[in-house]
Amino acid sequence: MVSIEPAAPEAATEAPPLQAEASTEPTATWTRKDLLDTDVLSGEEIGLVLETADAMAEVRERPVGRVATLRGTTVVTLFYENSTRTRASFEIAAKALGADVINLAAAGSSVGKGESLIDTVRTIEAVGADILVMRHPSSGAAALAARHTDASVVNGGDGAHAHPTQALLDLYTMRRHVGDLAGRKVVIVGDVLHSRVARSNLWALMAAGAQVTLCGPATLLPRTLRTLPGHEGPGGCEVTSDLEAALLGADVVMALRIQRERQEQGLLPSLREYIRQYQITEERLARANPGALVMHPGPMNEGVEIAPEAAHGLRSVVEEQVTNGVAVRMAILYLMATARPR
Amino acid sequence: MQRGPEVARTIRRLAHEIVESNGGARDLVLVGLLTRGAPLAKRLAAAIGAFEGESPPVGKLDVGLYRDDVAHRDPPPPVRPSDIPRNLDGTTVVLVDDVLFTGRTIRAAMDAIMDFGRPARVRLAVMVDRGHRELPIRPDFVGRNIPTAASQTVDVRLEEIDGEDAIYLIEGAERHGEH
Repeated sequence: MVSIEPAAPEAATEAPPLQAEASTEPTATWTRKDLLDTDVLSGEEIGLVLETADAMAEVRERPVGRVATLRGTTVVTLFYENSTRTRASFEIAAKALGADVINLAAAGSSVGKGESLIDTVRTIEAVGADILVMRHPSSGAAALAARHTDASVVNGGDGAHAHPTQALLDLYTMRRHVGDLAGRKVVIVGDVLHSRVARSNLWALMAAGAQVTLCGPATLLPRTLRTLPGHEGPGGCEVTSDLEAALLGADVVMALRIQRERQEQGLLPSLREYIRQYQITEERLARANPGALVMHPGPMNEGVEIAPEAAHGLRSVVEEQVTNGVAVRMAILYLMATARPR
Repeated sequence: MQRGPEVARTIRRLAHEIVESNGGARDLVLVGLLTRGAPLAKRLAAAIGAFEGESPPVGKLDVGLYRDDVAHRDPPPPVRPSDIPRNLDGTTVVLVDDVLFTGRTIRAAMDAIMDFGRPARVRLAVMVDRGHRELPIRPDFVGRNIPTAASQTVDVRLEEIDGEDAIYLIEGAERHGEH
């Protein structure tokens, strides 16, 4: 080792932050053509997305909040289900990277004339789409589309199966506040059975080493998850209907949207009963760790799964989730557009 | 080729040249290009502070999103947040990098820096100019001119990142970055 210039008094105190700088370089590279769910992602790949998102968040904070990196890239959003925030978030993200964006809604396309999903996807590819962002009410639709196109497919939500970009923006938001997620307790409360958000969060959180507790009425909990066969990843998963116990020691509490039709399907005795037992309230949050985060994928039914005071309280990061969604989707689009498939 | 004390002397000389050319440290902002330009910029600022009494602000810049080879590079460069300490309107920005090679990184850096304001001037300081420019770009402050073959690699190693201060000329080794 060689001595460095001793003249400057700052030199000695500067060494530690510079060492930290070198160690935060992500080592993983992105090699995937598609992003269909989080269950295939390694902890390193998730880390790469989140670190890339840090750079994208910094771009968004500049006076000119956009760059031209993806000029010449065409992103098509194809939504077979209503969505405001997810579609808008992808569109803003793509434009902030300089990509061209075309939005297709199922109602205004040939889908209404009975064109099959595969035909639609092939047509979109033929007109020059590089990345296809898709939402569909059927589980597995994005995977089907991905098999029939050379374009990259990003799953923007398929049935009750997966919503990987929501999970990644949730992890990004958690990491900003909580830091390393290894060993942290994340409680996801509500209609876990029908929630693609819960599923994609579960896989990603377990890969990141978090301890996940899924909580809700027994009728809204998937049985299969109770006997989860030792899933890859260092984290763990627990399933319970006891919210009071689940909240003890929680670092993050995520409420899921309750659809009113679950009552008609006989899965809920009544909304009032659900509210009494499972609504996230400030009083219940007192059982969680001090400073625990309150999250919700939106749109919220305030007064049902979450009380207004909790939804807008000091612990709530619900609005920040939406803001972070743009940076995380920029990161995903950038990684997909520059991927080098193995 | 060059060792610790020499590297420190070179940095001190570059600091003097920058201040002389700028007529003082006023309105000066040093912006280091990630990865190795960032610690170099910090050291230049500390050296300027040692003889001017005040260190100019230091920023770091990642040019990954501005490269012209995003679609051709393998593997794609990891992008990191930039950190520019102030609005750059009217300032003299000195871009700092370890090795000047093709000039493409500097082209990207100039595009990037304009997104943070409108500097009065932009200058370029590099530890090593190894030639082989592909764009009409030249440095204003040069630590060392090292004539190289295209197949060679110039490796600038810094205490903060690599645990030593040194400059190596490597025959036919794999490049870790194009400059």
